[in-house]
Amino acid sequence: MKGLMRKSLCAAAAACLLMSTSAWAKTIKVGAVLAVTGPASFLGGPEARTLEMLVQEANAKGGINGNKIELLIKDTAGNPEKAISFAKQLLEEEQVVAVLGPSSSGETMALKKIFEDAKTPLISCAAAEVIVNPVASWVFKTPQNDSFAAKKIFMEMNKLGIAKIAVLVDNSGFGKAGKEQILKIAPEYKIEVVEAEVYDAKATDLSAVVAKIKANAAVQGVINWSIVPAQAIVVKNIRQAGWKVPIFQSHGFGNIKYVQAAGTAAEGVIFPAGRLLMANLLPDGHPQKALLVKYVKDYESKYKETASTFGGHGYDAFLILSKAIEAAGPDKDKIRAAIENLKDLPGTGGIYNFSAADHNGLTMDAFEMMTVKDGKFVPYKGK
Amino acid sequence: MTLELFIQYLAAGITYGSIYAIVAIGFNIIYNTTGIINFAQGEFVMLGGMLSITLLDFLPLPLAIALAVALTMCIGAAIEIVFIRWLKNPGVLRMIIITIGLSILIREAALHIWGDNVRALPYFIGNEITSIPVLGARISPQVLWVIATCGLMVICLSLFFKATSVGREMRACAANRTAAILCGIDTKNMVTFSFILSAGIGALAGAVMSPITYTQYDIGTGLAIKGFTVAILGGLGNSPGAVAAGLLLGIIEAFSVSIVPLAFQDAIAIAILLVILFVRPHGLFGSSTTAGLKEY
Repeated sequence: MKGLMRKSLCAAAAACLLMSTSAWAKTIKVGAVLAVTGPASFLGGPEARTLEMLVQEANAKGGINGNKIELLIKDTAGNPEKAISFAKQLLEEEQVVAVLGPSSSGETMALKKIFEDAKTPLISCAAAEVIVNPVASWVFKTPQNDSFAAKKIFMEMNKLGIAKIAVLVDNSGFGKAGKEQILKIAPEYKIEVVEAEVYDAKATDLSAVVAKIKANAAVQGVINWSIVPAQAIVVKNIRQAGWKVPIFQSHGFGNIKYVQAAGTAAEGVIFPAGRLLMANLLPDGHPQKALLVKYVKDYESKYKETASTFGGHGYDAFLILSKAIEAAGPDKDKIRAAIENLKDLPGTGGIYNFSAADHNGLTMDAFEMMTVKDGKFVPYKGK
Repeated sequence: MTLELFIQYLAAGITYGSIYAIVAIGFNIIYNTTGIINFAQGEFVMLGGMLSITLLDFLPLPLAIALAVALTMCIGAAIEIVFIRWLKNPGVLRMIIITIGLSILIREAALHIWGDNVRALPYFIGNEITSIPVLGARISPQVLWVIATCGLMVICLSLFFKATSVGREMRACAANRTAAILCGIDTKNMVTFSFILSAGIGALAGAVMSPITYTQYDIGTGLAIKGFTVAILGGLGNSPGAVAAGLLLGIIEAFSVSIVPLAFQDAIAIAILLVILFVRPHGLFGSSTTAGLKEY
């Protein structure tokens, strides 16, 4: 009798405790540090808008496991110092369970140590490989690795019989990281880099450097690795010079505005990209299809602008976090463990398979080769 | 170096050079009448490009450019009338700070109006890949447009300053402001006029070069720095000097690519500027006596 009494009391107490936790945890605070304005706004802008849209959508459905999400977006303007102070504010004052972003690799690297010390998950929307290699237990990232893109390009070059190439990169962090990867990986595919040049992100005309690499008769193909508008100038100057060389671009070309800027010159440019750009062209059974089509439609009807892969990085960051919270509840440590256990999760960037050793979760298959035809992105079929 | 490559570098250099020269001439016109450097000069170039691209939706190309130039001239006039005209004996430093402030204001306004996208006018002749063979090298027809427009502007300007009474009055202001006032020249109007003129020149250059360089809200700063370099190199206030210095700098930049990596292009240009300023502080084509008479 006594035992039963004690048991029922315990049960009642436990029930009370459960009820009180669910009553107290009605809102989950999630932070985001994104470059909404400034030179990297083409990344942070779509990311922030995507996050706002997704949080609205999730809350309209009653939140995650019945808990509403409160999203706090801070605009870093692409400045690492601002990213640090906003991140500290979010961690210390707002006590967020996780932070999404930053948009750029430089900012993410500045935050890596802070999140390791604060033991809070950071899901970055920046691409550089160094973010997750070496792996830091609290830092994740959604965009595909640069090396995947480089390898995809080299595989295509092997098929086309291109062995000697010129490499042009912009002087942003993205360009520099790309150059490093290209020079490191090229020998694996028996490709020799015979010319390598870095151009200014604010360059206005690059016909002189194009003339220089064109004069090198050994060059069979050009990689133009950049994320800034100046990459369109390179393409234009190459074609103006009457040079018919195959041009390969990076996944940083996946913005239709760059195609418009280069006009006719962009025709036939080959580049790797996430499947977002070909959402409607995917076969119906593809695991990413439904999600991509919905995201593109929702985003474009809400914001009246073309959806980009960059907004997709924000989408994936929120998707990963919400799946982890769904599985483990709003606890920092459990979220971290839950992310590492996410398997076969289709996102906009690819199908994520996280593990303790892999905090990006994507493989080379996340990229498809694409090309430009009649001013539009289309899947590249090879020659 | 083959002849073909030489011509290709030369054409690239002349293109850069003409653009720098035009921005530098804009600096010079205002410097001559006011003694200040208008750091919003690059923004006039940006406005010329942006406005003509916007107007192209409603008007044919030549009209869009003409109206964009006219509008930028009005903006130039408004800036002078609102921010500078009423100042009594403004110090040089104060005026410079005002123009820096204005340049930031215009840039941010442009960001709000046009966003951060790159825009461009269509090529006047042909499209992005059209090129004209010149001695084995290939040159975009737009490059010829830029060179021709810049050349024409320089000729018109020198005729204007030599042959018209307004031009002569402006030169009088430049030579000696007090004497000009004593001769009955309204120097305040001349200052307004110099802002209108340099805004118009910048805007026209901005429209013509936009198919090549693209226009974005923040291109003004970079152009202003290069234009300023060229203006100093040619001797402040000396417009033919600016043309020569602009072409020189552009050609050096283009040819430097053949010797050093592209990333060092600006370093070469600035190093040359430094050397020249050590040896000839009044610029390549300026005279030291004139420079000595200026306020600074």
